[in-house]
Amino acid sequence: MAQHQVNYASSAGLPIALTSVDKLVNWGRSNSLWPLTYGLACCAIEMMASGASRYDFDRMGTIFRASPRQADVMILAGTLSKKHSEFARRLYDQMTEPKWVISMGSCANTGGMFNTYATVQGVDRIIPVDIYLPGCAPRPETLQYAMMMLQKKIRRESADMKKNTKQDLTTQAGKRARLI
Amino acid sequence: MRKYVPKDNVQKKAYYTDRFHVVPRVPREKVIDTHFEATVFNLGEYVKDSYVEIGQLVVHIDANDNFAVLKILKEQCGYTQCSEQSAVDYLAKDGEFELFWQMLNVNEAKRVRVVCRLKEGLAIESVEPLFKSANFAEREMFDMFGIKVNNHPFLKRILMPDDWEGHPLLKTYPLFGDEFASWYEVDKIFGKEYRDIIGPENRDPGKIDIEDTKRFSRVGYEVPFGTEYNADEEVEVAYSETALVNYNKKTSKQLDERR
Repeated sequence: MAQHQVNYASSAGLPIALTSVDKLVNWGRSNSLWPLTYGLACCAIEMMASGASRYDFDRMGTIFRASPRQADVMILAGTLSKKHSEFARRLYDQMTEPKWVISMGSCANTGGMFNTYATVQGVDRIIPVDIYLPGCAPRPETLQYAMMMLQKKIRRESADMKKNTKQDLTTQAGKRARLI
Repeated sequence: MRKYVPKDNVQKKAYYTDRFHVVPRVPREKVIDTHFEATVFNLGEYVKDSYVEIGQLVVHIDANDNFAVLKILKEQCGYTQCSEQSAVDYLAKDGEFELFWQMLNVNEAKRVRVVCRLKEGLAIESVEPLFKSANFAEREMFDMFGIKVNNHPFLKRILMPDDWEGHPLLKTYPLFGDEFASWYEVDKIFGKEYRDIIGPENRDPGKIDIEDTKRFSRVGYEVPFGTEYNADEEVEVAYSETALVNYNKKTSKQLDERR
């Protein structure tokens, strides 16, 4: 009878890795963040540069997908006009759970310099945002950093998305509106 | 942020009220250029007034004659391009719009501006059969001013959404939008009942919400992420210590008490 020569009890001998479901699932989720190929304005040019060979998003497992049904990150890159807000929200609704949102650049964060009648004053009026990325326009490094922050955030979360608190559009402004 | 002043009477009240200020005007010269003289001659009785401004012929016409005038300019005077067509809002001052067509003669390198006045509520004849570029220009004029264009093949808003209310380039239209504009995306996506929940637009880019403990906070008033804000009780703040500075300890350099 053959004797097993492998000492399973020694360090790294066991073909077993002990982890929790949360960690395993989040390891998978955070290392394959697939953003939607969706650009709104000049920030999208920086987003394209981030995806191209020089800055190379692919090495982080971040691959742009052309369909919202295959994507799990929405990067709102640029000025969101009121005419377009309906379609942005529709794309967000079409994405499957779990999904995250990065608001890229001043215009997406607050409306930026477009303090006019035709611009949505911050995309968080219509879509819950996970990461706000400042800059006009943010450099590709900044977007990479935002992606890494999002990965960190996901690794902190629970695998059960119902337990994760998302930014609620109704909390901040709504509470004050109800008080007044 | 600057105070918003209604601009209903923006044309009646002088924007600049220096007593001795003379509004600079582009000088109007007589038509002496032979090509321009021939152009004015070809237009004949349609011309109500004509002069030259910065090397450009300006021709005032009646609003009913616009198609005939542009046809003559195109077929007899060589103005084969209509590079721009739009309007100016003079409703408060004169109760009418000023419409203009910017024409270009490529062979002669000359430009003519055809100008007419149109009372509010009246429509203008389309020049789309003559110049294809007028198609979008007239749609934009309709979108921005609400001026209707007769016999246009597809008169529909071009920049604003189809269900938009108001015409944004009118001088009475507020820059930040009227009530319809400011709630447009909320009404459209969530419905009117969500107005209370989502709240009004924040038009102050420097505004920091002290109740919002998840996004930005005032420096010196940091609270832990996601803390439930309660105005009655003070939230204990723990600042970070770095190798360079300890934010928990007051430095001697701090001049004023933070309020």
